[in-house]
Amino acid sequence: MTELNINTDALITEIVQKIQALTIMQHAPKMIGIRTGGEWVAQQLHQHLDLPDALGVIDISFYRDDFSKIGLNPTTKPSDIPWAVDDQHIILVDDVLYTGRTTRAALNEIFDYGRPASVTLVALLDRKGCRELPFQADIIGLALECSQTIKLTGPTPLKVTIVEQSEERA
Amino acid sequence: MSKLAGPNIQLNELGKLHHFLTLEGLKHHHLTEILDTAESFINPNTKEIKKVPVLRGKTIMNLFFEPSTRTRTTFEIAEKRLSADVESLDIQTSATKKGESLLDTLWNLQAMQTDMFVIRHAQSGAAQFFSQHVAPHVHVLNAGDGQHAHPTQAMLDMFTIRKHKGDVFDLKVAIVGDVLHSRVVRSQIQALSILEAREIRVVGPKTLMPENPEALGVHVYHDMEEGIKDVDVIIMVRLQNERMTSALIPSEKEFFKLYGLTEARLALAKPDAIVMHPGPINRGVEIESAVADGPQSVILEQVTYGIAVRMAVMSIIMSNAAQLSQHRAEKEAAQASLDLEDPQNTAPPTEANT
Repeated sequence: MTELNINTDALITEIVQKIQALTIMQHAPKMIGIRTGGEWVAQQLHQHLDLPDALGVIDISFYRDDFSKIGLNPTTKPSDIPWAVDDQHIILVDDVLYTGRTTRAALNEIFDYGRPASVTLVALLDRKGCRELPFQADIIGLALECSQTIKLTGPTPLKVTIVEQSEERA
Repeated sequence: MSKLAGPNIQLNELGKLHHFLTLEGLKHHHLTEILDTAESFINPNTKEIKKVPVLRGKTIMNLFFEPSTRTRTTFEIAEKRLSADVESLDIQTSATKKGESLLDTLWNLQAMQTDMFVIRHAQSGAAQFFSQHVAPHVHVLNAGDGQHAHPTQAMLDMFTIRKHKGDVFDLKVAIVGDVLHSRVVRSQIQALSILEAREIRVVGPKTLMPENPEALGVHVYHDMEEGIKDVDVIIMVRLQNERMTSALIPSEKEFFKLYGLTEARLALAKPDAIVMHPGPINRGVEIESAVADGPQSVILEQVTYGIAVRMAVMSIIMSNAAQLSQHRAEKEAAQASLDLEDPQNTAPPTEANT
């Protein structure tokens, strides 16, 4: 097992530049972070982009598709989207895009609030190759192999450690 | 407070809630989990309780053998906000009238793929009785049984207290009125004890007190002014006329004179004391309108929080069931792999991946 630390400042700066180049920036986009890691990433992006509206946060625990297998997350907190979703251009931020199931849950939750004009998906890291649902991020900070697992700590400093799993698994 | 002897029948083999019948025998962490989960259903800014898809595909039946407005309606709303399929039965008008036994009715309703029963009954112990006769995958929630218990009401009261006072710990709480007949009071006292309230007082005439109320771990006052002096929370409960078999008070007017909560009496409590009432309130009998509608009253908040707290209890129970079957499957799988492997080279069973 090898560990590798990632410079998140550089990734955040790069993502901010890519977001600034999007046409939705002309339409006062709003941002939602997915608790917990996505919220940390979103806080940094939100600050750098200086978006006028408060950051929304969603907790997808009640929208997971594996409730009947694993039950509730004991640390579930209320979602908070402090503005109307209808007709808004939304930047949805997660820390890691992996199977795509979190993105599915987040989209379902957002649509329970209203009908956004658009949703742009931003992920700090993309673990490619193990997607189970057809989601791709519009903007990613860094692409990895799905065999690489990730430890994220935050909110400040936001630190990412990549753990390379050697072929331990049977 | 007495603890249940032996294993608590409402807990599963992992020590988690399987039914919710009473607060007796539950631990601090069981109650805290309910209160914390209830919090997660309420938007911190708008106070709105949104619908979530947690119990989609589950069927919940509300069996009310006794009339109810608040409890039944908030249970129904809570179930719908969890996206469960909901059926409410008014048993007085159903097949039991045609001579079907209660258990036959229950088993028929269970055969309709019910996952959870919410039961209110005039008989103490009714919910526990039902819980012993349902299939292992079916859950029973007590929505009030006779004079025994009303655990979700007590939990929503604890939630309301926590919202206003931060924590139940270290508070002085006075419960005023018909302590003898009230299942709500019994459950409240249990909840307050488990959450380690600093002092629990019960206030009322001797005729409306159980024998030896001190055994419940409470301080008993027969004088209202003394009883509510310097308390943080006043809980008024109504006279349970329908459960009184003889005249226990001279008149309602007399009761109000001695125990009614008036603005003048409320001034004896702490200045920031909150006034609660599980409803239905009888204005002019146990509480003055000026107090019930006044700034220190949180009576209607209790009703709203009842939705979130009932959502919490139901989702926790279904979550516990999911975790239990996952736990059993993993145990079986581990056992199977142990059986297959060389006994000298056994890998530890994989832990639950949360």
